[in-house]
Amino acid sequence: MNAKLIWRKSLNVFMLSLTGLCALLTVSALFVVLGFLIYHGGKDLSWNFFTRLPVPVGETGGGMANAMLGSLKLVFLAALFGVPIGVLGGVYLAEFGGNTVPFLIRYTADLLNGAPSIVIGIFAYTVVVIRFHFSTLAGGFALGVMVIPTVMRNTESFLRDVPRSLREGSFALGANRWKMVATVVVPAARQGILTGVLLALARVAGETAPLLFTAFGNAFWSPGWSQPTAALPLVIYTYALGPYEEWHELAWAGGLVLLAMVLLTNIVVRGFLSRGAQVERS
Amino acid sequence: MATAPNATTPADWTWNPRALLRRYASGDEIAHLITLICAGSILLLTAMLVYQLWIHSLESRQKFGWSFFFTSVWDPVFSHFGALTFIYGTLLTSALALLLAVPLGVGAAIYLAELAPRRLSDSLTFVSDMLAAVPSVIYGLLGMFLLVPIMRTTIQPWLKASLGFLPLFQGPMFGTGFLTAGIVLAVMIVPYILSVSREVLLAVPRDLREAALGLGATRWEMTWRVVLPAARVGIFGSVFLALARALGETMAVTMVIGNNPKISASLFSSGYSIAAVLANEFSEATGNLYLSALIELGLVLFLVTFVLNGFARLLIVVTTARGTTTGHA
Repeated sequence: MNAKLIWRKSLNVFMLSLTGLCALLTVSALFVVLGFLIYHGGKDLSWNFFTRLPVPVGETGGGMANAMLGSLKLVFLAALFGVPIGVLGGVYLAEFGGNTVPFLIRYTADLLNGAPSIVIGIFAYTVVVIRFHFSTLAGGFALGVMVIPTVMRNTESFLRDVPRSLREGSFALGANRWKMVATVVVPAARQGILTGVLLALARVAGETAPLLFTAFGNAFWSPGWSQPTAALPLVIYTYALGPYEEWHELAWAGGLVLLAMVLLTNIVVRGFLSRGAQVERS
Repeated sequence: MATAPNATTPADWTWNPRALLRRYASGDEIAHLITLICAGSILLLTAMLVYQLWIHSLESRQKFGWSFFFTSVWDPVFSHFGALTFIYGTLLTSALALLLAVPLGVGAAIYLAELAPRRLSDSLTFVSDMLAAVPSVIYGLLGMFLLVPIMRTTIQPWLKASLGFLPLFQGPMFGTGFLTAGIVLAVMIVPYILSVSREVLLAVPRDLREAALGLGATRWEMTWRVVLPAARVGIFGSVFLALARALGETMAVTMVIGNNPKISASLFSSGYSIAAVLANEFSEATGNLYLSALIELGLVLFLVTFVLNGFARLLIVVTTARGTTTGHA
């Protein structure tokens, strides 16, 4: 072998192993994240953590029960507001649209999807908070705005995967379009749509930025829907920045709970519910 | 997909009144209208968002005009607001993030698309998708308690000792600052670059690879000279997509950048970004001018990411069926 060939072959091996190293580094980040959260957060998880309110600094045994309930309420509102609009909009894009209008809507949905979440928070502030005040409703609105484009695009892509023969069979039996959509196409894409919805909800459940000046945070229970409320990501943020060691430990524990929720939803949904279906990642 | 699935049946387009009546009676038009309203709400929301930010930033826009972007004074007490420090922080941290994340993400994508067996490739992509799903406050938490101490005790002294002659690596080392924020952002955006680039690479036709190999290229030469150039546009798209994420990322940056409005050439210096100042000061802003200056910052952030995303989507559409197209590849 001449020198040039040896050079080319060794460059080949070197660069290709470098790409393998890149992949290894990237993937190992997840295990670093998981490992540290379990290491730091695991020891502070207790029954109290899930059932009690935060306590003043210095006392032991405080929990994040109000934040977990708050997160649940916020996600519930976001689902209530965002899922029907998103799913029906997706049905329009896949089933009823022509060419120009759906393209415009699709494009805008993608752009809204990529908008910084803190800007969505400002939007919710100017729409809801200025007129009323910091509240669960305002936070739910902000998260709902973020849910709509994701659910819409996911629903659309799963509806498009429904085979043409099903539609034609339904037409042949005399169904009109909306009956075909409602009784054949949507049920056939049911699992996919559910996947898209759950992934969107898991994503907003971890959002902090849009809640900072909408849900605002609260050290106590937040009765009803029109008062400021705590949320798990907000509390983690506040506690992490606080000066006390106890707070930092609680932040780790809260982070572990949040991450476990988000990742489990993702794994279960992607692994089991959407078997074989392609999930839109962006 | 060869034909659009929503091709209408011929009967839909006869314009005689009885057929029209029948269609209304059958509910098709009503269903069309309802779903159209839901889909159109996206346009309405986006328009409302821009409008709201525009009118609520009126006071600041009138008072400062374009000088808002070129002055670096941020003084709530004397009501003088300029965005330059925040713009600098946002651009610098995002640039650092790209510098680290692009080689890493594209390299990993090459491995997953060209070398790894399909099953391994799929499971590693799954892991990368999980990374993309980790909430940003968790990255912030790890940044604060894991990365910042390492930066302070190990990485920054090492950089200073080896590259300290550059103005980039001088000054006191606190652990927080531009460099730390850039690293955290890099970790956060790698999954986006990876998953889109991988798909773009997989979409490069097999013939091109075989032709290159047939001409005697090594695998690396094939990748570097043939596959990457063919996928170039889509990879640029993924990079812009990631850039838009990095510019708008709030929590993780706020937690590690140091939150100190100053412009410094040193990467060790603490700084501030647009998203971070919004997170910290918005709910405490007193006075309309203060609030409207912050909202103007939000408007700028939105418009920049909007344009970047729009551009990125177009680039990705050109090379794959991802992005904004209707069907699957």
